Amino acid sequence: MTRAQFEERFFGAARWVVIAFLALITLVPFYYMIVLSLKPIDSLLVDPGSIWVGAKDLTTQTYRDVLKPTSEGGQGFLQFMLNSALVSLGTVALTLAAAVPGSYAISRLKFFGGRQVSAMFLAVYLFPATLLAVPLFVMFARAGLSKSLVGLAIVYVAQTLPVSIYMLKNYLVTIPQSIEEAAALDGCGRLQTVRRVVLPLALPSLMATGLYVFMIAWNEFLFALLFLVADPDKWTVSLGLAQLSNGIEVSKTVLMAGSVILTIPVVLLFFAAERLLTEGLTSGADKG
Amino acid sequence: MTTTHSRTAGKPAPGTEPPDGGRPERRPMTASRRENRAGLAFVTPTFLVVLVVVLIPIMWTVLLAFQDAKLVDIQGMGVFGNWTLENFADVFGSAGFWSSLVTTLIYTAGSTVGSVLLGLVAALALRRPFRGRGLLRGSMLLPYVAPVVAMAFVWEVALSPQYGVVNEWGKSLFGWDDPIAFLSTRDYEVSLLGWHFDIPLALLTVIAFEIWRYFPFAFLFLLARLQAVPDGLEEAATVDGATISQRFRHILLPQLMPVIALLCVLRFIMSFNKFDDVYLLTGGGSGTDVAAVRVYDFLTSRYDVGAAAAQALVLAVILMVLLGLYFKFFAKRVQEES
Repeated sequence: MTRAQFEERFFGAARWVVIAFLALITLVPFYYMIVLSLKPIDSLLVDPGSIWVGAKDLTTQTYRDVLKPTSEGGQGFLQFMLNSALVSLGTVALTLAAAVPGSYAISRLKFFGGRQVSAMFLAVYLFPATLLAVPLFVMFARAGLSKSLVGLAIVYVAQTLPVSIYMLKNYLVTIPQSIEEAAALDGCGRLQTVRRVVLPLALPSLMATGLYVFMIAWNEFLFALLFLVADPDKWTVSLGLAQLSNGIEVSKTVLMAGSVILTIPVVLLFFAAERLLTEGLTSGADKG
Repeated sequence: MTTTHSRTAGKPAPGTEPPDGGRPERRPMTASRRENRAGLAFVTPTFLVVLVVVLIPIMWTVLLAFQDAKLVDIQGMGVFGNWTLENFADVFGSAGFWSSLVTTLIYTAGSTVGSVLLGLVAALALRRPFRGRGLLRGSMLLPYVAPVVAMAFVWEVALSPQYGVVNEWGKSLFGWDDPIAFLSTRDYEVSLLGWHFDIPLALLTVIAFEIWRYFPFAFLFLLARLQAVPDGLEEAATVDGATISQRFRHILLPQLMPVIALLCVLRFIMSFNKFDDVYLLTGGGSGTDVAAVRVYDFLTSRYDVGAAAAQALVLAVILMVLLGLYFKFFAKRVQEES
């Protein structure tokens, strides 16, 4: 057998082993999460090794427990979801509103200091969240925003703005200049051109960016912990789950139901817009 | 259209335009001036937001690092004043600073190399179409998009010595005698071929978690780049008798190198500052006290804003030095190789 033949066979087989392994490590944790969320805690403790749920154990009580408000003996995840949704949607709106004009300017217009500003927007991305955590914590403590969802949304804007500008800019440069020139000839002012021509054309990119921002905000944990930990009414889902899983009062299967609830919105959104998102993120990567 | 034409064709208002033929030369100048004005107008709102929520806080961190600031008296304190260098003495002198730095570096390097490598292997395996590739491609991104809190919780339960599936299966499949506490064992003694040595189990577990969570990121970028490699190159090499490994080494790898280098830098920066993953899995205990968790501890358990800022600043400086070294010595070589 020549070396070429050997390699052909070896890598041919190895490829399937790798594919099976990847499928295993990515899907099994999610499967495990769903299975545990559907059984009562006793059956987990009796047989921790079991990875399916029998018909007689199957329960949705865990979900009811985790969603019910605390006043009715539940864990209040419905309220947490509402908080998370408010913060995330607010972040998306604010971030896009702040990112669109800037990314349009640096992708289209030549202006004094344009290249420096564009470099700065990217450089900001390199600063660690921990470096921002301290001053923002102090700033909001002073402004009285430290225990509010508004403050949290502002922090998330800071976290997501640089990458949003980057994603939008990458898309805007692909829109041909001639379309805008045509609009200008038809008598559109700059602002009108942006509103009537550029924004509709950039809709896929706006959606991809918005989704990405939503995911970051929905998944965020550090700042929610820093700002809201003392105020359980304002907890986001991430924070609520993390805080409850530290204790021992709430059973693990109920919390598993909480994890499923926390995970489902982002995963659904992601699959709904997968192509949009992966292209938005990696555009530019394939140009070397 | 008619309005623009009538305006340019109409007589200039007296006094604003010179009566002689100076206009044709000034036209391009005004167009670029107008563009300059529009550019500044468009960029200003974005710039202001970045300034207020990102740049000013970062500058303030630098100030705070040199001030004696506790959270209780920060309310009445001015932005300037109370200068001190004690925070840095605190940071460098405190127990565990250096060991925490070493832990951070091991954690960062391990998870960077691991996730890029696994992402590369995954991208190569999924390069050619097969049935169900689209589905697998989508589901492989799940660890990356799913919330870190939920994922950490699932790992925690799965690895638990009391009710975790991993220990249960380990007992029945591999004959483990005792359940292994993956997340709270600092050093785990293994014996291999008569040798006994300790491995930092908890640290390795959080590194594994980080690799698992971020290999999809590398995979995504590498797959996009792989699919842009022209088929002709590889076909020519195959005709010339190059084997698969040779084609990878001499054709694919040089094409991928810039993306791999970029991914390594990005992942290094992200992991170096990583807080959530470690905090959620181990709380920074059992030999996993990465630096970002220490910043959090300074801030919340001691309410020492100055020391937290100093620690964050020291971290950022170390990161910048490492990146500077990288760009000075390696970035050029990667460029040349490709």
